[in-house]
Amino acid sequence: MGRTGGHPGSHLGDGVTGRQGEQLVPVPRLVGWFAGFTRDVALHADELSALDGAIGDADHGTNLNRGCREALRTLHAEPPRTVGDFGRTVGMQLLAHVGGASGVLYGSFFLDFGASAPGAQGLTPRGFAAAWHAGVAAVVARGRAEVGDKTMLDVLAPVRDALDTAAWHTVDLGGMLKAALDAAEQGLEATVPLVARKGRASYIGPRSAGHQDPGARSSWLLVRAATTTLAG
Amino acid sequence: MKKLINSPETVVADSLRGLAIAHRELSVDVGKRVVVRGDAPVPGKVGILSGGGSGHEPLHVGYVGRGMLDAACPGEIFTSPSPQQILEATRRVDGGRGVLHIVKNYTGDVMNFEMAGDLARARGIEVRAVTVGDDVANDGLTTAGRRGVGATVLVEKICGAAAERRWPLARVADLGNRVIANARSMGIALTSCTVPSARRPTFTLGEDEMEVGIGMHGETGRFRHKLVPAREVAAILLDRVLADMPLEPGEQVLAFVNGMGATPLMELYIVLDEVARLLDARGLTLQRTLTGTYMAALDMAGCSLTVLRLDEEMTSLWDAPVATPALTWGTV
Repeated sequence: MGRTGGHPGSHLGDGVTGRQGEQLVPVPRLVGWFAGFTRDVALHADELSALDGAIGDADHGTNLNRGCREALRTLHAEPPRTVGDFGRTVGMQLLAHVGGASGVLYGSFFLDFGASAPGAQGLTPRGFAAAWHAGVAAVVARGRAEVGDKTMLDVLAPVRDALDTAAWHTVDLGGMLKAALDAAEQGLEATVPLVARKGRASYIGPRSAGHQDPGARSSWLLVRAATTTLAG
Repeated sequence: MKKLINSPETVVADSLRGLAIAHRELSVDVGKRVVVRGDAPVPGKVGILSGGGSGHEPLHVGYVGRGMLDAACPGEIFTSPSPQQILEATRRVDGGRGVLHIVKNYTGDVMNFEMAGDLARARGIEVRAVTVGDDVANDGLTTAGRRGVGATVLVEKICGAAAERRWPLARVADLGNRVIANARSMGIALTSCTVPSARRPTFTLGEDEMEVGIGMHGETGRFRHKLVPAREVAAILLDRVLADMPLEPGEQVLAFVNGMGATPLMELYIVLDEVARLLDARGLTLQRTLTGTYMAALDMAGCSLTVLRLDEEMTSLWDAPVATPALTWGTV
């Protein structure tokens, strides 16, 4: 899955050669983003598992924490040179070590995030939006979920749309990410009243309402980590 | 909650090392999380593979052996195995006739097996998958589909026997789907289970309550009910199972009363006795039974009931010899 045409990011070819003055997020900073996410997942692991316990099987924090640690270890042992390397390393490690639906979904997200600019040594703000687009498309393809099903997509998709919209108005990554975080927070809150239609939470039907979705919350952490690490 | 473990992080690996010592006839790769028949791959035989989260033992690792599974892929507790893990097991049991993946219908299991199937096919291994969804507690319309529960054990046994008879892959897969189409299950819990890493029960039940329609992961059920005697529990479960799969008087069934991990066999026999009486009252013939803890939800107390409508071929395959850690009969 490459990038999807027809949105702002697709104007920029490999996502690196941005217009004059555009910030470039180099690959090591993407690693920093993932390190920040890993740290936040570790800090919030119990909370993620507790949310999962309310509507699922109480292991989301544990699983994601284990997988992120493995992925970060590999990123440090074999530092990626390109966006593609970054996405492949993170994606394969998450696939192998998170397990469950989250492993496949986050793994697919990063594999296709990287594949959107495989040879690039960094991402422009619009390149980042395009990579996010590709990652979300992979999540949709594997999970076959829709917005409103009470899943991580309820955060990932609004963030995609916010990044796209922001990319029309600004080339300032900090500004784009702020819009993204706002969208993530709204999407996260919106999962609370929803009745789950996908994943293990769907088995308890109406009783899933009133609880925040743990996958949406970990996705919110991913966006929040981006705001604190990427804009530099 | 007390647990007899070293640490939550090492539960699966520590347990697999014990399995390897207890069952030297199996090939246990603790690092890759793959348990394989000692003589795999068996040339000319379809490989039968299943896998899923750990915590349901003996499912699936306890069913590796002649007449049942060629390989099992245990994931973390209640967490599906990874695509890489399933691919590794698939490669090790491909005897040239292809490999059947028996998948329980959970979002994570289905996705990981799909991805593994894609990877295996890209390497030239023929793979078919059957997805078990037998739990009548959910309708499958507003959810991620019916969960795979007790029928999984029956599918593994019957497909394993067919593969042993050298049936080709497509026919074994069709058989698996036939077993799935003719099996229904429902379960109740008297207590929740405790996931080792979470340290506390996933849900709480009062002394006078039971949870009806539970899954095998400590996910809560469809509704709470006051605790009633085994007789009424059997009726609640059987009524719902047969409402979903109406049977005509004279039909032959297998009844599988499964313990969820912490319920004594003695109590399971009490439930079986009630189930047998109720089946008899409906004019159904109880042809075969399976009673015991064959698919647990860690330390949950409770049981599930699975009814399989039998035909002659299924019965013959059920009776065929099997030699695994948890299920053994006949002369293999």
